[in-house]
Amino acid sequence: MSKGAGLEFIEKLNRYGGVDAEWIVLRDNEETDPRYGVLPYKRVIEEHIRNGVINLDKPPGPTSHEVVAWIKKMLGLSRAGHGGTLERSLPK
Amino acid sequence: MVVQLHQPVSENKLREVFSKFVGEIYQRPPLRSSVKRTIRIRRIHYIDLIEYNGKYALVRVGCQAGTYMRKLAHDIGLILGVGAHMRELRRTRTGPFKEDETLVKMQDLSEAIYMWREEGDERYLRRIILPVEVAVSHLPKIVIRDTAVDAIAHGASLAVPGITRLTNNIVKGSLVAILTLKGELVALGEALYSADQITSMNKGIVVKIKRVYIEPGIYPAAWRKCKQ
Repeated sequence: MSKGAGLEFIEKLNRYGGVDAEWIVLRDNEETDPRYGVLPYKRVIEEHIRNGVINLDKPPGPTSHEVVAWIKKMLGLSRAGHGGTLERSLPK
Repeated sequence: MVVQLHQPVSENKLREVFSKFVGEIYQRPPLRSSVKRTIRIRRIHYIDLIEYNGKYALVRVGCQAGTYMRKLAHDIGLILGVGAHMRELRRTRTGPFKEDETLVKMQDLSEAIYMWREEGDERYLRRIILPVEVAVSHLPKIVIRDTAVDAIAHGASLAVPGITRLTNNIVKGSLVAILTLKGELVALGEALYSADQITSMNKGIVVKIKRVYIEPGIYPAAWRKCKQ
């Protein structure tokens, strides 16, 4: 498989992440075997969910921990986590 | 963040105290916290005052991960001499994530799951759930050969011959994302050399792996054959 689609996807990542660095190419003749792995946006939906992240606008009230537990249940996942603010819930 | 002051102070005084908190500060995690309660240093990049009415101050804070904002508001109150506490907090960016078109609500997710499960339409879910690679999109990157992937999946460090290309913003100690030629996240690691140094090397370990993401067995185990 030509590496074009993968490198194009990586370029998109750089644009989204605000990385404007240049590439240093060490081996340009290297291709990638289509029999192994998959383009990240071509994963089947179950795989896409398992390898996914959500930029979630958490409602005030429930803790990040609780929201993660709900989402795990909604999607039937065994593992999920969050990278959120450090803020304990207020005593009720 | 909205900081509520317990007594009014002048805007000038407020700005002056904010500037004292920019830089490195000490914080001890609060009583109810999930980390070890030893004093740690966190960097505050900026504290910008957006709005102030004598009681509430709306501020935008840029800070290092792991900074307790409630503690920061409290400490600002101490230095002001009037006392203060955090009233509201909203995270506006973290890593590559911003309040942009990718930001979704619980309802959006719930409806997208419904459309997928009940209507068999997965397009909405694909718009809401982003590939994990997006979460590391802000990092310097190293793209590796197919033959190097499985060794890393089994815990090996990354050596120069496994690299096909790298971004030139890597410095010694950078957290870097290691990707396949298809763009899949393989691992996160710490660069042991700068991009220029790596470029001039023809062998040797250049990245110490911190977290392996890809599972073993997805790419062929070229390293096994080499050993035999």
